[in-house]
Amino acid sequence: MSDFFDAIDFIFSERDSPAGGARVGGLGEIWELMWPHLKLSGASLGIACAIAIPLGLWLGHRGRGGFIAINASNVGRAVPSLALIAFFVAYIGVGFTNLTIALVLLAIPPILTNTYTGVRQVDRDAVDSARGMGMTGAQVVRRVELPLALPLIFGGIRTSAVNVVATATIAPLAGVVTLGDPIINVNTYGDEGRLAAAIVVALLAVATEVVLGAAQRAATPRGLRLDRREAVT
Amino acid sequence: MRKHRWLMLLALLIAALAVAGCGDDDDSGNGDKGSSTGSSGDQAGIQKNDKNSSTKITVGSKNFTEQKVLGEIYAQALGAAGYDVSKQLNLGDEKTALKALEGGDISMYPEYTGTALLSFFGYTADKLPTDPDEAYDLAKKEFAGKNLTAFEHTPYTNSNEVAVTQETADKYSLKTISDLEPVAGKLTLYGTPECRQRLDCLLGLQKVYGLKFKKFTPVAIDLRHEVLSKGQADVSIVFTTDPQIFKEKFVLLEDDKQMFPPFNSTLVARNDVVDKAGPDMAKVIDMVDKGLTDDVMQELNARVDLDKQTPEEVAGQYLKETGLVG
Repeated sequence: MSDFFDAIDFIFSERDSPAGGARVGGLGEIWELMWPHLKLSGASLGIACAIAIPLGLWLGHRGRGGFIAINASNVGRAVPSLALIAFFVAYIGVGFTNLTIALVLLAIPPILTNTYTGVRQVDRDAVDSARGMGMTGAQVVRRVELPLALPLIFGGIRTSAVNVVATATIAPLAGVVTLGDPIINVNTYGDEGRLAAAIVVALLAVATEVVLGAAQRAATPRGLRLDRREAVT
Repeated sequence: MRKHRWLMLLALLIAALAVAGCGDDDDSGNGDKGSSTGSSGDQAGIQKNDKNSSTKITVGSKNFTEQKVLGEIYAQALGAAGYDVSKQLNLGDEKTALKALEGGDISMYPEYTGTALLSFFGYTADKLPTDPDEAYDLAKKEFAGKNLTAFEHTPYTNSNEVAVTQETADKYSLKTISDLEPVAGKLTLYGTPECRQRLDCLLGLQKVYGLKFKKFTPVAIDLRHEVLSKGQADVSIVFTTDPQIFKEKFVLLEDDKQMFPPFNSTLVARNDVVDKAGPDMAKVIDMVDKGLTDDVMQELNARVDLDKQTPEEVAGQYLKETGLVG
């Protein structure tokens, strides 16, 4: 238990590095490490959404080819991010771009799968009546399928977000110093630094979940909301 | 029907051969077959002493090429002297190796003086002696406190080095690390993630040499040569005995202010084993260590990492080429 308190102390107070010569710990350093972590995670998740959601909507709307696309992206999921990074080093070197690509590939499968499934699960009657009202294909996607699939899509985004935030800890191996640095460099930061960084990453993942959960509630169409007060009355 | 059966038999035979072939590769890849070789009848340098066969020695090493080669060399040399040798050549990092040694799972393993002082004995990089002998004496004293004997250090050192490509060296006429000072602002430095805050790495280059690089980029340790040869890094931190230095014709800049602490290898053994083994052991280790210079170690590493030979084969070649084992 004292290890845990040492780690908490590391988050709030600066101290000499066990290897000598550097000052480590404290909120200032944690923030310095957290900012690139957030930038990297945010960029990766944003790009993954921009690719996976339209693709999933289109595949789900057409109702064909989805199986192949989803399986292809799921196979990609089995390749460890570290291997992807090492693979891209030969072509684009190390750094922000390399890591972003690797994390985007990690983030796409859950979002794509959930978007596709979400659209496929939309009640066919709703789609048929939308068509009967004279909506075009694009209108059906935008006004019927997307809103009804939103809860599942958000579920995918949340899964990906937690994956990305956790995996961004390998970034210091490829040119970006994130919260993974104290986890990788135990000689410099000490055991308490390693545990402290792990705690901060875990908190960050939880915070991401909470924020995205709130966004999901705000984005869900009123008709789909399970409003507690209404349910009671 | 009969013809089919013949075909099937043939196919089976081919499959079996293929599997056997793969199996061989795997074994040699580990370089860890348990029992040792050596103990050949013909002795040029190391004399076989039958009395030694009552002493059991387990040689250990950490889990990278140079350590495995060293472990094999010591194991085969001690085997040639008649000791009952077994091997445990894949022990992970230094902390695991030390634990195995203190617990008696292994009798000895080679460690670097700098690593021992930094990692085992709580010295910070700025407190390390820059002289190899002083560093060794200090490590020896510390090991003695743990009932361990540190044998005389090898001539070679495996410390951090500042490497540039031949073109970069020519372009800015670089020979020493100090030569980097006027141009560092234009150059990117790549090193392990640890490097950023280490006194024997970026921090030291900033403090001791006053270098301000354009940018420092952390990379995984195994990318240290690739970033340089692919042109991403202008300057990269490598290790003295890396065989890639020779292959890629990198230029190592001289540490003219003696900032990098010495990392000579010293064989660390349990006192009880040393006492039981008698005088032959120290003699053998001394004979083996003498030939291990920077160039020799780089060559031995190259045979494993670049030529894909096993540490076991390479160790045998070393003992033969130096005339220690006939």
